[in-house]
Amino acid sequence: MTATKVSARESAQTGLVTVAKGRLQQLLAFASLIVISAFFSVASPYFFSYDNFTAILFSTVVIGTLAIGTTFVIIAGGIDLSIGTGMALCAVMSGVFLVDIGLPLALGVPAAILFGGLIGLVNGFNVAVLKIPPFIATLAMMLVAQGLALVLSDSAPIYFTDVAGYTDISTGNLLPGVRFPNAVLVLLGAALVAAVLLTKTVLGRYTYSIGSNEEATALSGINVRRWKIAIYAFAGLFIGLAGVMISARLGSAQPATGMGYELQAIAAVVIGGTSLSGGKGSIVGTLIGALIISVLNNGLQIMSIPQEWQNVILGCVILVAVYTDMIRKKET
Amino acid sequence: MLTTTSTAAGATRSPVPLLEVEGVHKSFPGVRALTDMRLDLYEGEVLALVGENGAGKSTLMKLLSGIHDADAGRFRLAGEPFAPDGPRAALASGISIIHQELNLMPHLTVAQNVFIGREPRRWRVLLDERELNARTRKLIDSLGLPLDPTAVVGDLTVAHQQMVEIARALSYDAKVLIMDEPTAALNDAEVATLHDLIRRYVRTGTGVIYISHRMDEIRAISDRVTVIRDGEYVDTVDSATTTTDEIIARMVGRTLAADARPRDVRPDRETVLRVRGLCTRSLLKDVSFDLRQGEILGFAGLMGAGRTEVARALVGADRSTAGEVTLRGERARVRNPADAVRLGIGYLSEDRKRYGLLLDQTVRANITLGALRQRFATAGFVRDRAARAEAAGYVETLRIKTPSPEQRTKNLSGGNQQKVVIAKWLVRDCDILIFDEPTRGIDVGAKEEIYQLLTELAGQGKSIIMISSELPEVLRLAHRVVVMSEGRVTRTLDAAEATQETIMHYATLRPDENPADAAELGLEPPAPQADEEPRKAGEP
Ligand SMILES: Nc1ncnc2c1ncn2[C@@H]1O[C@H](COP(=O)(O)OP(=O)(O)OP(=O)(O)O)[C@@H](O)[C@H]1O
Ligand SMILES: [Mg+2]
Repeated sequence: MTATKVSARESAQTGLVTVAKGRLQQLLAFASLIVISAFFSVASPYFFSYDNFTAILFSTVVIGTLAIGTTFVIIAGGIDLSIGTGMALCAVMSGVFLVDIGLPLALGVPAAILFGGLIGLVNGFNVAVLKIPPFIATLAMMLVAQGLALVLSDSAPIYFTDVAGYTDISTGNLLPGVRFPNAVLVLLGAALVAAVLLTKTVLGRYTYSIGSNEEATALSGINVRRWKIAIYAFAGLFIGLAGVMISARLGSAQPATGMGYELQAIAAVVIGGTSLSGGKGSIVGTLIGALIISVLNNGLQIMSIPQEWQNVILGCVILVAVYTDMIRKKET
Repeated sequence: MLTTTSTAAGATRSPVPLLEVEGVHKSFPGVRALTDMRLDLYEGEVLALVGENGAGKSTLMKLLSGIHDADAGRFRLAGEPFAPDGPRAALASGISIIHQELNLMPHLTVAQNVFIGREPRRWRVLLDERELNARTRKLIDSLGLPLDPTAVVGDLTVAHQQMVEIARALSYDAKVLIMDEPTAALNDAEVATLHDLIRRYVRTGTGVIYISHRMDEIRAISDRVTVIRDGEYVDTVDSATTTTDEIIARMVGRTLAADARPRDVRPDRETVLRVRGLCTRSLLKDVSFDLRQGEILGFAGLMGAGRTEVARALVGADRSTAGEVTLRGERARVRNPADAVRLGIGYLSEDRKRYGLLLDQTVRANITLGALRQRFATAGFVRDRAARAEAAGYVETLRIKTPSPEQRTKNLSGGNQQKVVIAKWLVRDCDILIFDEPTRGIDVGAKEEIYQLLTELAGQGKSIIMISSELPEVLRLAHRVVVMSEGRVTRTLDAAEATQETIMHYATLRPDENPADAAELGLEPPAPQADEEPRKAGEP
C-alpha cells in the first residue's frame, strides 16, 4: 500500500522535525546563557572564579527549585504567585519544627516540605473546586503566607545555630573529595524527579493535557478537578523544598523575605520556553532559565550596576526571550 | 405515538432497545431546549437524528454524556436505568460521543489524544510511550485513516483532527456510539470511509446515533431517522421508504422551495482581484486566478488541496513566499488580516471556534466587533443602541436562534454560531468576501437562506470566493469554479463546463504532470500598465 508508505515516510520526517524543534528551543536558551556568561567574564575579572560560580549556583538553587514546581502549574494553564512568600513561610515552619518544637532533622525537614505541599493543596482547592482564577487565588495566598510567616515568627528571624547539620543540607559536601555543595545536588535531584514525572508519568501527561484544552480533557473522562489539585499540591512541595534550602543556606529563616522571588521564578520558567497559556514547556528549559536569571543577577551585581537598573535589564531580557520564542514558532 | 418500523437491517431485533430516551425535559435560562423528548436505538442500527439548528440535538447528547443534567425524564441502557453524572461515567457505561465541536488537546500528539485517560503504563504510573504509539498505529491502520500517531494534533488540518476524534471515539469499543456532525469537516471520500467504518462497527451488536444536516449522508448511512423540531419529538421514519423531502418537511414544518434559483446574476467583466503566482512555504505553488465584480467564484478540491491556504495567504493570515495580488488594478500588500479588512477583503474562517468567534462574549458583541470603530462609535465611545439595533437586525434576517442578542455566543447551537460568524462579516461591508465552508453545520432551511444571501450579495456587486467541499453547493452557486489539487490550480471551469465529474477529474489530477496554461485557468491577459510578468514559483 503506497498510502502507508507515504505516511510512514512523513511520520519519520515530522518526528525528526519535532525533535529538532524541541531541542532548538533549549539550545537557543543554552546559547544565550553562554553568551551572557562570556560577556560578564570579559566585563569583570571577578566573574570567572570558582567562588563566584558557587555563589551563582547557590542562588540558582532557590530560584530553580521554585521554578520547577511552577513549571507544572504553568504548563497546566495556571499561575502561582504564592511561591515567594510561601517559601518564606515554609522556612519559618522549618524553624518552628526544628527550633521551637525541637523535632529531629529527619522529621522536621520533611514536615517543612510537606507544609509547602499543603500551601499548594489549598491553592489547588481554591482554583479547581471553588473555581477562583489562579491569578487571584494565588495572589491571596501570597498575602496570607506573608502574614503567617510574620505572625509565626513574631516578625523576627529564627536561627538554626543549635540545629546540628541543618546548614549542611545546603553547604555541606555529600560527595567526599569533591567541592560540590549539597544544594546543587538537591536541585539536580529535584529537577530529575520533576522531569521524569512530567514526561513519563500520568501526572505529567494530564498536566500538559489540562493546559492544552481543559474542557476536552474533562470530556475524555479525566477528573480534571482532582488532577489540578494534585498538580498544585505537587508544585507546593517545591515551595517547601525551596524554603528549606534558603534557610539552610542562610542559617536562619527570614520571615520578611520571599516577595519578588515568584516573579523571578516565573521569569525563569518563561525564559525556558514554557508557554504562559499552557500546554507546553520543559524542566530542562526551566533550569536553563533559572541559570540565566542567576547569572544576570550575579554579573550585574559584580559590575556594580545599581539594583534599579538590574531590574530594568532583567525585564528587557524577559521580553527578548519571549519574543524570540514567538518569532521562532511562527517561522516553523 | 411511536411509529412502528420494520427492521431495516432485516435482522431479528431484540425487543429491548439498546438505548431508550423517555419524556426528557431540559431548559436553560430563557430557552426550552428539550420538551418531552424521546428516542430509541436498537442494536445493529444507525439512527439518524435530524432537526433544524437549535432543535436540541446536541443538548440531548450532552445529557447522555452527563455534561448537563436533565430536568426530567429517563434514560435506559439495555433496559437498565442510566443516569451519568459526567463524561467518565458515560464512557464507563459504554456511551462514546463525538461532540459537535472538536475536543482535542492541540499540544499533544495523535496517540496521546486518542488514548487520553487510558494510557498504557508500566508499574502503574510510568507511561509506555512505545506501546501507546504502537496501539494507536494499529487502531489507525485498522480504520484505514491517514494519520501519524506521533504528529502533534495542533499542526493537523481540521479534517485530520476530526479523524483523530473519530479514531478516539471508536477506540472505546462502546455499545452506543454518538456522532454529532462528524463529517462537517470531511470531504466526500473521507465521508465514504467514515460510513464504511460505521457499517463495520454496527454489525457487532452496537448502535450508532448519527447527527447530520447533510441529507444525502443520512440517506446513505441510516436505517431510521428520528426528526425533532424546537426541542420536541416529531416522528421516526424508515430511511429506505421515506424521501428526503418528507424528512425535511417534518424537520421544518413546511415545504421548502429548494433548488429553484437559476444562476441569474451575470458578473461584470471587470476583474476586481487578480492573483498571480501565489506560493506559500508549505503547500501552494503558483496559484493564479481572477475574481470579477459580482461574481461567485467557487473553489473546489479535495481536502488538503490548498483552498483554505489560498484564502489565508490572501488575507495575510499566513505568509506567502511569492506572488502578486492586484486589487482593482493596484498592487495590494496584505501583511495581516487587518490590512485585508482595510482593503475590503473579509475572510470567514472554516474553524469558527479557533478563528471566528469570541465564545464568551454576547452575540451582539461578536456581530458588531469588526466594525465597532467604523460604524458603532463616536469619538471612541461605543454607541450601544446602534450596535444593538444592528445586531438585532441580523439575528432576525439570518434567523439566529437565541433568546436575545445579549446571549453569550457559546450558549448558541453550533449552526447558530456559524450564522453569527456570517453576520459579523456582513456588518463589515467588505467588497470581497471569502467564505470558507459557509454552510458547515447549518440546517437545510438556513442553507437555502444563506444561498439566497450569497446570491443577493453578488447581485449587489460584491465579489465572493466560496470554498466548499459540498459539490452540489458549488455547482449551484458558482459562476466559475477554480479546481485545485496538491497546492496548484489545475483548471478553472465555467458554469457550463462544471459538473461533478469534471470537477472531480481536475481535483484528482496530478498537477506536476499536467500543468495548466493561462487559458485553462481562465486568466485575463495582463493589463497593459501591469508590465511585470506573473512571477514564477521558485523555491524560497
Ligand atoms: N449552555 C446553554 N445555555 C443556554 N442555552 C443553551 C445552552 N446550550 C444550548 N442552548 C440552547 O438550546 C437550544 C438547543 O441547542 P442545541 O445545541 O441542542 O441545538 P442543535 O440541535 O444541536 O443545533 P445545531 O444543528 O445548530 O447544532 C438552542 O436554542 C441553544 O441556544
Ligand atoms: Mg448541535
